[in-house]
Amino acid sequence: MKAVYFAWVRERIGKAEEEIDPPPQVATVADLIAWLSARDEGYAHAFENPKTIRAALDRAHVKPQTRIAGAREIAFFPPMTGG
Amino acid sequence: MDVRVQREDFDAAAESRRLTEGRADVGAVVTFVGLCRDEGGALAALEIEHYPGMAEEEIARVVAEAQARWPLIGVSIVHRYGEIRPGEQIVLVATASTHRGAAFAAAEFLMDYMKTRAPFWKRARRADGAIEGWVGAKDADDASAARWDSA
Repeated sequence: MKAVYFAWVRERIGKAEEEIDPPPQVATVADLIAWLSARDEGYAHAFENPKTIRAALDRAHVKPQTRIAGAREIAFFPPMTGG
Repeated sequence: MDVRVQREDFDAAAESRRLTEGRADVGAVVTFVGLCRDEGGALAALEIEHYPGMAEEEIARVVAEAQARWPLIGVSIVHRYGEIRPGEQIVLVATASTHRGAAFAAAEFLMDYMKTRAPFWKRARRADGAIEGWVGAKDADDASAARWDSA
């Protein structure tokens, strides 16, 4: 699946998007955050406070417990500050 | 319904006119424009980042919720991204209805929900040249959006 990152999540990870291939036991959004966090310091820094992370699956907001199976694109970003 | 996410500025009067053009059933148009303020001279510019595709889709979902709550004849939303300087326009919400109550309420609902749900992020650049960093989400905005849950 494609992972995309925005705002300071993007800056901390150091890239705007990438292809990821999580193992089957990574079932939910929260699992994926934990899996990515273990990659390196940048990911760990980006996801250090899960309460400040929002996620979208195929361009719709989702909760940490949402299952990721079947999704083509997952996005991680901080709380929104538009308007 | 017209939802646009663009770098360019917009003409609020033209957007408002488009909602009433060629029809005689509109009794009220409410137009809201959000502007970039200079924070007492401290702010040089805002950089607004967005999630292309989702921004338009999420705004459209918010508009659909407004249409389910109020009898709206038309809705127009424009949200800008990129560099925006103090005094420039950031966002437009225009609503048209037969009566003012629905137009006023829907415009406020749309702004409240957009602020907490539409994927945009602001970064501040200060007048002294420093990058202040990403603007934090405000609890007050969450509270403004949440009050519609019980309305």
